[in-house]
Amino acid sequence: MGYTLNFAAVWRSFDLLLEGLALALGLAFAGILIGCAIGLAVAFSLTAKSQLWRRPARLYVTIIRNTPILVLILFAYFALPEIGVRLSKLNSFILTLAIYSGAYLAEVFRAGLLAVPAGLREAGLAIGLREGQIRVSVIIPLMLRNALPSLGSTFISLFKDTSLAAAIAIPELTFEARKINVETFRVIETWIVTSLLYVATCAALAAFIRFVERRLAIPR
Amino acid sequence: MDLTGFFNEAFAARDSILKGLEATIAISALAICLGTVLGVSVGLALTYGARPLRWIARFYTDFIRGTPVLVLVFASYYVLSTVGLDLPPFQAGVLALTVFCSSHVGEIIRGALQAIPIGQIEASKAIGLTFPQTFAYVLGPQAMRQILPAWVNTAAEMVKASTLLSIIGVGELLLRIQELISRTFLSLEFYFFAGVLYFAVNYAIERFGQYVERRVALPA
Repeated sequence: MGYTLNFAAVWRSFDLLLEGLALALGLAFAGILIGCAIGLAVAFSLTAKSQLWRRPARLYVTIIRNTPILVLILFAYFALPEIGVRLSKLNSFILTLAIYSGAYLAEVFRAGLLAVPAGLREAGLAIGLREGQIRVSVIIPLMLRNALPSLGSTFISLFKDTSLAAAIAIPELTFEARKINVETFRVIETWIVTSLLYVATCAALAAFIRFVERRLAIPR
Repeated sequence: MDLTGFFNEAFAARDSILKGLEATIAISALAICLGTVLGVSVGLALTYGARPLRWIARFYTDFIRGTPVLVLVFASYYVLSTVGLDLPPFQAGVLALTVFCSSHVGEIIRGALQAIPIGQIEASKAIGLTFPQTFAYVLGPQAMRQILPAWVNTAAEMVKASTLLSIIGVGELLLRIQELISRTFLSLEFYFFAGVLYFAVNYAIERFGQYVERRVALPA
């Protein structure tokens, strides 16, 4: 083989990689934040009594979860302009990630909602809270605690999905890595550093979520 | 929307689309089969391996699960060719998906095996079963109940992940559709069409998963 690793080229462009990582994190947070709002609304619809709410919510979740995210990204960026919806690269990616994560988060939140005992809602009614107040100050906080572990793994997998933004030339981590490859031909070194950056970020996210979980756990 | 144009073009390109669909199914099937074989060994190593083996398996799964599939695909296509293993895009892609699949299957199997009460292993020891016997008669069948539905979900994930191979130039469904779009400029219609095709495949898998889940559920 006779190949000697030489990381110098990668270190020279390390700033680019870090910028890419920062952009990836930014995209993930923006997408997931909107996705959480969508997911929460859809989760309440999924657990509603009336079919009128449940049916469309179920349809949305089924369609999004069974379509590859790359197809959604390309559709949002290349096909939507044909019907007059023109979004910038970043906006179209964030929108796609939000809609995509909304479907996954809806399932996560739904499971969390189902685990909140019905008696708490009744207790809320008994002390004179309105339905909206019960949702905001009783059900959602408890649901979040239930949903936290699976929320965490969904976060991490959505963060990894930001790598697909490279497909529409958004300069996030994977895109920068490809650029460095093309410029320096240091393929092995670049991918080693890139994947380590991803792994380290995911590990940090996981550790943070475990920390929050411990903080929020019911003391025994 | 140019529907007549779309149907004409789609019909004219039916061979190419079918070939793409075939490739997508072949890639997913190969990745799932090979990934399952590898994943079973990883899962067993994670659960019952001696300490160094378990550490290696843990490092392997955490590393793979912390890296986006797209990065795995690039790494297996570009990095392996620099160290002398010059795989064509199809094989490199299947390799990346196999590795990705194996880490997921490994975790599924570990989760299922660890959910079985330790008392059952002790009971098997007490009646004189060897470990292979315990596994074949006691642990395996019970773990299957949890593994099968999750495994079917992983299969749907693999079909979705197979779209990423279009980026390294494997002629699977998405790439064929993109070729069509660059020829006909009907991006809205054809991306939508791709979404529908992927949805159909994955929805079938999801329904199959629900069926399996019902079949293996313990009667209430």
